[in-house]
Amino acid sequence: MAMLELKDVHSFYGNIEALKGISLYVDEGEIVTLIGANGAGKTTTLRTITGLIKPRQGTVTLEGEDLTKFKPHEIVYKGVSMVPEGRGIFARLTVAENLDLGAYIRNDKEGIKEDLERVYELFPRLKERRNQVAGTLSGGEQQMLAIGRALMARPRLLLLDEPSMGLAPVLVELIFDTIVDINKQGTTILLVEQNALMALSIAHRGYVLRTGEIVLADSAENLRNNEMVQKTYLGME
Amino acid sequence: MDSQNTFWKSAVKNGLLAGAIGLYSTLVGLVQAFNKRAVIEQLSLGHITLLLSWGVVAYVFLNHHRESESKGKLIAAGALVGGLGAFLVALLPMTAQWVDYHFVFVHAGPEMYSLLTFGKGPWLGSAMLVAVGALWGILIALVVSLPTFWRDSVVKAFLITITVGLLSDLFTGMTIGWMFQPFLGVEGLNILGAVLVFGLSIAYDYWSAHRKPKESAEAVATEPAGVTKSQLRRMVVGALALVVVAGLPLLLGSYLSHVLNMVGLYTIMGLGLNIVVGYAGLLDLGYVAFFALGAYTMGLLTSTGPLGIAHWTFWEAVPFSILVAMVAGILLGVPVLRMRGDYLAIVTLGFGEIIRILALSNWLKPLIGGAQGILLIPKPPLFGFKIQTPIHFYYLILVGIGIAAFVAYRLRESRLGRAWMAMREDEDVAEAMGIDLVVTKLTAFAFGASFSGLAGAIFASYVGSIFPHSFNLLISINVLSLIIVGGVGSMPGVFVGSLALVGLPELLREFAEYRMLIYGLSLIAMMLLKPEGFWPEPIRKRELREEVGD
Ligand SMILES: Nc1ncnc2c1ncn2[C@@H]1O[C@H](COP(=O)(O)OP(=O)(O)OP(=O)(O)O)[C@@H](O)[C@H]1O
Ligand SMILES: [Mg+2]
Repeated sequence: MAMLELKDVHSFYGNIEALKGISLYVDEGEIVTLIGANGAGKTTTLRTITGLIKPRQGTVTLEGEDLTKFKPHEIVYKGVSMVPEGRGIFARLTVAENLDLGAYIRNDKEGIKEDLERVYELFPRLKERRNQVAGTLSGGEQQMLAIGRALMARPRLLLLDEPSMGLAPVLVELIFDTIVDINKQGTTILLVEQNALMALSIAHRGYVLRTGEIVLADSAENLRNNEMVQKTYLGME
Repeated sequence: MDSQNTFWKSAVKNGLLAGAIGLYSTLVGLVQAFNKRAVIEQLSLGHITLLLSWGVVAYVFLNHHRESESKGKLIAAGALVGGLGAFLVALLPMTAQWVDYHFVFVHAGPEMYSLLTFGKGPWLGSAMLVAVGALWGILIALVVSLPTFWRDSVVKAFLITITVGLLSDLFTGMTIGWMFQPFLGVEGLNILGAVLVFGLSIAYDYWSAHRKPKESAEAVATEPAGVTKSQLRRMVVGALALVVVAGLPLLLGSYLSHVLNMVGLYTIMGLGLNIVVGYAGLLDLGYVAFFALGAYTMGLLTSTGPLGIAHWTFWEAVPFSILVAMVAGILLGVPVLRMRGDYLAIVTLGFGEIIRILALSNWLKPLIGGAQGILLIPKPPLFGFKIQTPIHFYYLILVGIGIAAFVAYRLRESRLGRAWMAMREDEDVAEAMGIDLVVTKLTAFAFGASFSGLAGAIFASYVGSIFPHSFNLLISINVLSLIIVGGVGSMPGVFVGSLALVGLPELLREFAEYRMLIYGLSLIAMMLLKPEGFWPEPIRKRELREEVGD
């Protein structure tokens, strides 16, 4: 059984149908990427998974359990964490306070401490700045913090919404290397990206989303070699 | 040459401004009303208001040109600004024989004119007023041209002397008031007292300026080894504070203890509203409702009058007052769960009014007395003794504050406290951290309300009878203001804010309507000068500093 599975999901904003029946699955241990242009419905897909939007039709299941009947905060307890678009850090709290809130759902003190060390190991920059107000971090550091905070919940499934947005190429590289590391340490990843090249270079499989519909689904390698993908998303002629 | 022209032009402009402010405060009756309170010998608060209205303008103007203009010119300009300011005000008594100002300004009249002219008639008196204005301007020019340290110190000493003079009733009211008699006039300070306060203030500045560098160097040098020393010092200070706090009412006497009691009740409410507004970021303008519910619960359960339903003692009723307020907090919370910011403020405002109107209504009159309120609420008994006088209540309220502060502190440091903080910062992200917004919001409302219920319960027993009009919107606004003045989210700030916003107005009672004016002005000044509050929480400071840094 797939870890996460969406079947024929229709999501609406008022009368606007943002998702027109999408189906996808993520297996345990995978990195799956969802690529598409602006407004394709990538964020909407993640919001539907995390319970912020209730689909009008279709099912979202995590290990066979229907997620749509839970509230957003309950879904966090199921082991799903999201790094939201635009990072969504608590700008007026310190780095350490942000990370601490990431572990809100847990009360195993030892485990939290361990994970904090792990986050600081992944992002040494955060450790140096742990008492700094998060709003004053650079864009890249904020992204690291957002990822680190999501990890503090020790999720089994991590949803990332455009982690490369607004970052310099070196930093994008660093963030993507870290995503691979996180995955190797056992976290399943659903990665939403516009930067298709980077996303497809680390993912196992991918989906291409266009105006609320999935138009392609294949292994990352096949997608990289797909003519349409190359033209539209990789900027190759 | 050109810059010379602009200097004198702007001196004239400032003179006109000074005059306009002086005229305004005179015509609205402020000067006259304040004249009733002597501050130093014959110098009344009314005089001081006029002097300040000219003085502040002159000071700001002259200070701006302090570096660029010669001392002689500053003095001349000071005389001009002060004299012109006074002249504009003097126009009132001079022209009064032809113009009937009273027709528009109810306060204008012989009494006002005589006050402005020192009782010497319109012409001689006005000339004197202008002379006083000019001399005052010169004095300010002289102060402005002092070296920075002395300038600041003199200004500060001047303001402190006025404040002490204004509050000198405080000393007379004290049990040990006789000790201060030599320095006090019939009302306000006498010359000796004023000189003493002025001198002490400057001496203190001088002393602290010359001591500081040494001290901080020493502190840095002995940091690691000095920990126990500083701990010891803190313990001594703490013990001393405890003794002072415990002994205060005995020292202050009955009236001042009463003032402190009001400060204390507002502190308890402030600690509660601080949970809602400061920790959880929910703007609640109906906070008085819980205070009223606490008080009415206490009244109904304990009153020995016809409305009393249980004839319980204070101690039996207190938990119910708290509980009722708590439940009401949850009931208010449920419909506003989805609201934020301004919408939330309006709805809670309505809630506060509904409770007050219900209390007033004929419909509930048979139960809670309508406008006649609930009478005969007994005082709390204590081991065969009765908590009765303001001094007794001081200790009861002190215990209340202690409990409230402890609970507030523990809550803030708890997991729930963190959830509140996250929710305040960003509700959506908080939810993404696994925080249940419903529970988090409702607990904030419930805990906040319970503090107000406790304050209401004590209040009911303290005053002995309660009426709907004691529970008006102004209380909600007061509590919110005192939190802001003290520093949102900060616990010591709540106390400082209560002292400033509840204690001071209580002492300025006689000025009735102008009290709100002073209150408003000081709020504005406060928000301009110290937007983070008197005693801000570190995080607020952070946020404001950050904005400044941007
Ligand atoms: N709150 C909203 N109300 C109405 N329409 C919305 C809302 N949020 C998104 N939409 C619409 O839904 C569609 C999908 O938006 P979505 O945010 O999922 O796109 P996206 O693929 O994440 O785009 P981007 O790469 O720009 O983030 C868009 O047409 C968008 O305008
Ligand atoms: Mg998006």
